[in-house]
Amino acid sequence: MSKEKLVEIRNLKQHFKTGRHSVVKAVDGLNFDIYKGETFGLVGESGCGKSTTGRTIIRLYDATDGEVLFNGENVHGKKDREQLKKFNREMQMIFQDPYASLNPRMKVEDIIAEGMDIHGLAKDEKERKAKVQELLETVGLNKEHANRYPHEFSGGQRQRIGIARALAVDPSFIIADEPISALDVSIQAQVVNLLKKLQEENQLTYLFIAHDLSMVKYISDRIGVMYFGKMVELADADDLYKHPIHPYTQSLLSSIPLPDPDYERSRERFTYDPSNHDTSEEPEFREVRPGHWVLCTTKEFEHYKKEHGAVTTS
Amino acid sequence: MDNYKPQKELFVPVERNEGESEKISRPSLSFWQDSFIRFRKNIGAMLGVFVLIVLIVMAIFGPMFNEYGENDQDLSVAKMPPKIEGLGWIGMDGTLTTVQTADTLEDAERKALMRFSNQEEFIDMTVLSNGANGEAEVRAVYDPYAAKGLEENFWFGTDGLGRDLWTRTWLGTRISLFIAFLAAAIDLVIGVAYGGISAYYGGRVDNYMQRIIEILVGIPNLVVVILMILILDPGILSIVIALTITGWISMARIVRGQILKLKNQEFVLASRTLGAPDNRILRRHLVPNVLGLIIINTMFTIPSAIFFEAFLSFIGLGLPTPTASLGTLIDDGFSSIQIYPHILLFPAIVISLIMIAFNIVADGLRDAFDPKMRE
Repeated sequence: MSKEKLVEIRNLKQHFKTGRHSVVKAVDGLNFDIYKGETFGLVGESGCGKSTTGRTIIRLYDATDGEVLFNGENVHGKKDREQLKKFNREMQMIFQDPYASLNPRMKVEDIIAEGMDIHGLAKDEKERKAKVQELLETVGLNKEHANRYPHEFSGGQRQRIGIARALAVDPSFIIADEPISALDVSIQAQVVNLLKKLQEENQLTYLFIAHDLSMVKYISDRIGVMYFGKMVELADADDLYKHPIHPYTQSLLSSIPLPDPDYERSRERFTYDPSNHDTSEEPEFREVRPGHWVLCTTKEFEHYKKEHGAVTTS
Repeated sequence: MDNYKPQKELFVPVERNEGESEKISRPSLSFWQDSFIRFRKNIGAMLGVFVLIVLIVMAIFGPMFNEYGENDQDLSVAKMPPKIEGLGWIGMDGTLTTVQTADTLEDAERKALMRFSNQEEFIDMTVLSNGANGEAEVRAVYDPYAAKGLEENFWFGTDGLGRDLWTRTWLGTRISLFIAFLAAAIDLVIGVAYGGISAYYGGRVDNYMQRIIEILVGIPNLVVVILMILILDPGILSIVIALTITGWISMARIVRGQILKLKNQEFVLASRTLGAPDNRILRRHLVPNVLGLIIINTMFTIPSAIFFEAFLSFIGLGLPTPTASLGTLIDDGFSSIQIYPHILLFPAIVISLIMIAFNIVADGLRDAFDPKMRE
């Protein structure tokens, strides 16, 4: 894999004012890079700011502070129409709820072609139709489906229509905001495999947001673990699963159930207690092992390094 | 049975191909087609539509059915009862009936004759009780058409100035409907624009716009209307302005609520990530999704506007004479309701039919657009 950075997120902050004096720090100082062609998994419990991160990266929210560099260019800040349009084509999003993400009053054809209409990608009606049918087939749907309305489709089919809509503008980076959490397990595999196939065919880069850990491990190259708006651990997928360092990650991994009664009987669950941390200084993001970053203080860093740093990366 | 094991050969895998499972056999229906099918099944609502069509057609063409003009006065044929050839059996036989009681039979008969200006030869008198027990009762049936030697019939009768009520009723219906449609259309435009802008831009804009609405709601409607009518010359336009000055508020609130709900839906966000400009989002995503509610609300606005116009006319703030509207006609008829009830009856029936029909149709539309909302 080439180690060319596609997206760089620098000290990204997203705070929401909820009252005159109260502020919710949904995302509080995120730093990470996404390399070209990889799938970056973002996991964490509900409400820890995963979706907000995704939406802020794609400019649905204006960031409170920090910057998002896409191909070296800042996404946020003032931009003229042309720049915005270019950016909108490069970066796309797949949404969580397939029942809410398609306009019930529009035909599938118009939903998928919306991006083409906005960016003027189809010269005439015929080309538009042909492109829509091609996209429908790419995502494994019938081309007759173009004339139907969203309510006639199942959740999995709808999600594939959502994927086709995102693909219509030929993006290079797709943010998948929990694209499978609203689907059946059997359909989840279908959608994830489709995403993998598309990645190979179109050299896509994904930011895959999810809370289903096993699915994230399956699809991601690297995984970031979020906790209360902060990234607590970031490592290669295998490394993270085999050698979780941060206690929160350990707790998260210990909670994965497996369909194996023998294992389940002996499975030990760790509870994460944030008060166990060393509070002598502000924790920082440090590289404990090559490519494996953990949020920790100096003292903890020494401790982690002694405990985990020696283990050879597999 | 215990140890019976089906042979393996009996099982054949079902041929299943990918394309088949993705097929949808149901015909493709848009939201509007689907709603129309549901609406057509609603007998009451279809009946309401039929009544409305009949009334609207009559409002347009009714006055042309006879030669009488709206303001053709003829005092010699004042207060004629309704007469339609062949419809005598439902009471439209052009006669007036009175029942008089007195101590003696003669007194009763004299009172009956006086009631119909002593034209004895055109009065058909029936004795109901001959006064043997101290109370006499007679029923007199008077035929004014014969008494006045009239050839033509007044289908709905005439009013106190001898104007044909058929013509005036349908002209009044026309004007009432016109006022209602105009008021509803203005409500719709202002309400949708105001509510849409308030919700879509949100934040401080929304805050200020809602405070303005609250101030307007705080002033009693009738006070505003009376002041408006006092300032403006009475007429159709001033009534419409009076109706719309506060009428758009409910529409604005409904639209605002819907758009607030819709604008954070994922399909709108998706459109924004694709780079859609505001007006495209409003036009393609928000308005089509609120349209059902807008239509329903307009359908409820029309009858209430008709009713309010009638109410204003009835209390004397409405259209100036001699313009006919359902409200002014009812006001006219009300003054002689006990002796000549027909003057009030027909406009009252028409206004009732309009109100009921519009409400049933609006109800039916609501059920058709949103079947989940029923109960």
